[in-house]
Amino acid sequence: MQHNLTTLLTMDYTIHDLEDWNSRILQAVHQVGLDPYPQEFEICDHEDMLSYMVYSGMPSHYPHWSYGKSFEKLKTLYDYGVSGLPYEMVINSNPSIAYLMRDNSLALQILTIAHVYGHNDFFKNNFTFSATRAQYTIETFKSHANRARHYVEDPSIGLERVERILDAAHALSLQCRRNLSIRKLSAEEQLENKVQESHPPADPFGAIHRRPEYVSPDFNKVPLYPEEDLLIFVRDHNPHLADWEKDLLTIVHEQAQYFIPQIETKIMNEGWASFWHKRILESLELPQNLHLEFIVRHTQVLRPTPGGLNPYHVGMKVWENIEKRWDQPTAEEEKEYGRRNKSGTEKLFEVREVERDASFLRRYLTEELVRELNLFEYRTRGNEQVVSRVADDQNWRQIKETLIQNVGTSTIPVIKVEDSDYNNNRTLFLRHYHDGRDLQLEYAEKTLQYLHQLWGHEVALETFLDSRRSLLSYSDNRLAIKNAS
Amino acid sequence: MRGQREDPTRMDRTSYTIFRPYNPSSGQRSDRSAGDRLRHRQKVREAIRNNIADIIAEESIIGKDNNRIIKVPIRGVKEYRFVYGDNAPGVGQGGDQEPQPGQVVGQGDQSKQPGQAGDRPGIDYYETDVSLDEIIDLMFEDLELPDLERKRLRQLEVEKQFRQKGFRRKGIRVRLDKKRTARSRLKRKKASQRKEVPAGLSKRFPFHRDDLRYHHSVNDLRRESNAVVLCIMDTSGSMDTMKKYLARSFFFILYQFICSRYQNVEIVFIAHHTEAQEVTEEDFFHKGESGGTFVSSGYNKALEIINQRYHPALWNVYVFHCSDGDNFDSDNPAALKAATELAQSSNLFGYGEIKPLGAGYYGSSLIQLFSQIEAANFQTIQIHRKEDIWTSFKTFLAKDRAREDAA
Repeated sequence: MQHNLTTLLTMDYTIHDLEDWNSRILQAVHQVGLDPYPQEFEICDHEDMLSYMVYSGMPSHYPHWSYGKSFEKLKTLYDYGVSGLPYEMVINSNPSIAYLMRDNSLALQILTIAHVYGHNDFFKNNFTFSATRAQYTIETFKSHANRARHYVEDPSIGLERVERILDAAHALSLQCRRNLSIRKLSAEEQLENKVQESHPPADPFGAIHRRPEYVSPDFNKVPLYPEEDLLIFVRDHNPHLADWEKDLLTIVHEQAQYFIPQIETKIMNEGWASFWHKRILESLELPQNLHLEFIVRHTQVLRPTPGGLNPYHVGMKVWENIEKRWDQPTAEEEKEYGRRNKSGTEKLFEVREVERDASFLRRYLTEELVRELNLFEYRTRGNEQVVSRVADDQNWRQIKETLIQNVGTSTIPVIKVEDSDYNNNRTLFLRHYHDGRDLQLEYAEKTLQYLHQLWGHEVALETFLDSRRSLLSYSDNRLAIKNAS
Repeated sequence: MRGQREDPTRMDRTSYTIFRPYNPSSGQRSDRSAGDRLRHRQKVREAIRNNIADIIAEESIIGKDNNRIIKVPIRGVKEYRFVYGDNAPGVGQGGDQEPQPGQVVGQGDQSKQPGQAGDRPGIDYYETDVSLDEIIDLMFEDLELPDLERKRLRQLEVEKQFRQKGFRRKGIRVRLDKKRTARSRLKRKKASQRKEVPAGLSKRFPFHRDDLRYHHSVNDLRRESNAVVLCIMDTSGSMDTMKKYLARSFFFILYQFICSRYQNVEIVFIAHHTEAQEVTEEDFFHKGESGGTFVSSGYNKALEIINQRYHPALWNVYVFHCSDGDNFDSDNPAALKAATELAQSSNLFGYGEIKPLGAGYYGSSLIQLFSQIEAANFQTIQIHRKEDIWTSFKTFLAKDRAREDAA
């Protein structure tokens, strides 16, 4: 009872108001065809919200100093008014959990609830999330937290050693597989593939061709195929790691995998939620005062950030454009692509299911949109960022390419384990799949140091620095850079 | 609204939406990041300790207010990953104006741009707020005035913390004395039992708040030796802004060190050019002068003060002198003589010669001249850069330890 009283005193609405609005919003949600998980809302204050942000919205999470660091940072920014807090936070779980800020006004809560259903629907239906096992999210994180705490409290292990492993694991955690809906081949399947590949391709004129020489594949090489899951590879191939160390690596890896789909679909996801909260709120026929505030808030969230990139804005523009082009294709488009066999809405739901940011932008970011969003490309010169291309006839494609390189996991360098016995001395050999962007050396050095710590032997990374093939090898507490001739 | 809520189709759909109301106590109870913040704070302190030379080199420290909060750049609490470097282009949105090729849109730290937070290395600085007091504590944790001898008429108070003194019923957790607590519980148990309770029937007899016993400790003050520190600074015309700044920084650290570690150390400030005079702390740190340089004048003034007020038989005397070494040649013999005398009447005589890099090589050096002094408690050092200040300071104070090690 007491709680209800406080609620009444501090908010201009009650939980019952929210429930009423929620039922109206849900009706609209179902009407437009969204298909969310069951939703749970928790009302929290700003301190709670800060904590949830730090721990990715999870009710329980293993401890690590980096979360303390980001809490301090967020709190400072918030206290000094540099940045506000998000209106909501949704986590990908079944049932989905969302946090609503207590101090927000009713109009904002209504907007947020609608927005949350957009995310929720996206989590449930986009293909990238299909491997995240949403029904076990909360339990998985809880189990991770309990295990890590258990190791911290174990007198034979303790905080310092757990932290050493976690520091190293965090540095490498995003070096993992990017597309989780592609099944990872088992060791046997990889072996089979290798055998298959060693056979010459079928040749209908084999009788008159010289028989190609048979090259026996190297079955002793580990890994057989380049391996992207760095932490898992180290876990499985360094026999000196203790069980608890392996478990910590697993924990960090699993959490990274859980978040990869969210990294992969930031623009789509935010755009989708914004697109639908707008539609839903417009259909609700809000009373005038609420409607005015909704428009103000909506505009605040959706306005472009000059110099930066507002994923809400970019995402929503693309979604709206898809709907428009499929509902009312211009004569030109009809000529080029033939008659549309789908309505705008059908197309939207198809795209929501099968794309992620990179493919979404590649397929649906048109020249017209690049211009409308006023996109430009910048490069770093000295200490400044300088505009290098603007959206004109020659440059819009390149800007689009650059944008695609800067979304989702394309922002993480692709680095794979090629050999775990390089030079026959158990050196871990990695290759950076260079795409024109060099690694930041200081960060590469420190990260290799962590990998060296986990691997226990020399580690070597092949990359390109200033267009020269270089080998960064880390051993004996120092980094050596060799330029390959 | 009521009517709508009872609409059956609605009930069907809202039934699985749960609203959990705000629970004010849960926020206060579960400050879940407290542990992680503490750990982070510890790492920050570690990082500060490792970077103290750099922090001292920051101009902003030189000042007086110990409560002042200073921004300290820290390396070492960064989270490293593989990230792209400078040659990776980015994409932004233009504002109201059309962006033009060549237009500058941002400075340095790319990670501040929305939408790409965290995927690029930020600028190297991670700043944290630390009070000057806190830094001084960290800096001087393991430093002491060297060769402190016990002299008569001791005045100097050294605070030796935490002498145990008895037990209390109230206290903080860490000081709980488990043995005594258990014993007082037993006492209470015995006292409450009127007759023997048959075995097997005994009830639980939990600890009561009154059973708790805590160690009590008091801060312990001990009188130690008398000490005086004489700071001599060259304020002649050849001491340009940079040199003066280096000298003042050095003395400022010395001053902070003495104030923070010893409560009753006397400090004497002497400024000299061709003449020397005793000045106030304020003037010493803030006023500039000009003129030629007679180092001997400063030394003689120091000797005079020592003889008048701080006789070496009663006082531990520490003399520190900072100069650019640009002495008039005619004064050199006198300076040598005075320096020798000073070394004899003091526990430690440190001479810091300030030669900023790139300041030209024309200047003469007193270090060569002073190399003739053979006293073991005489120490010379060169300060080239801001970064040297801390190391030279430590060298001066670590002197006796080094000598003991050698011996």
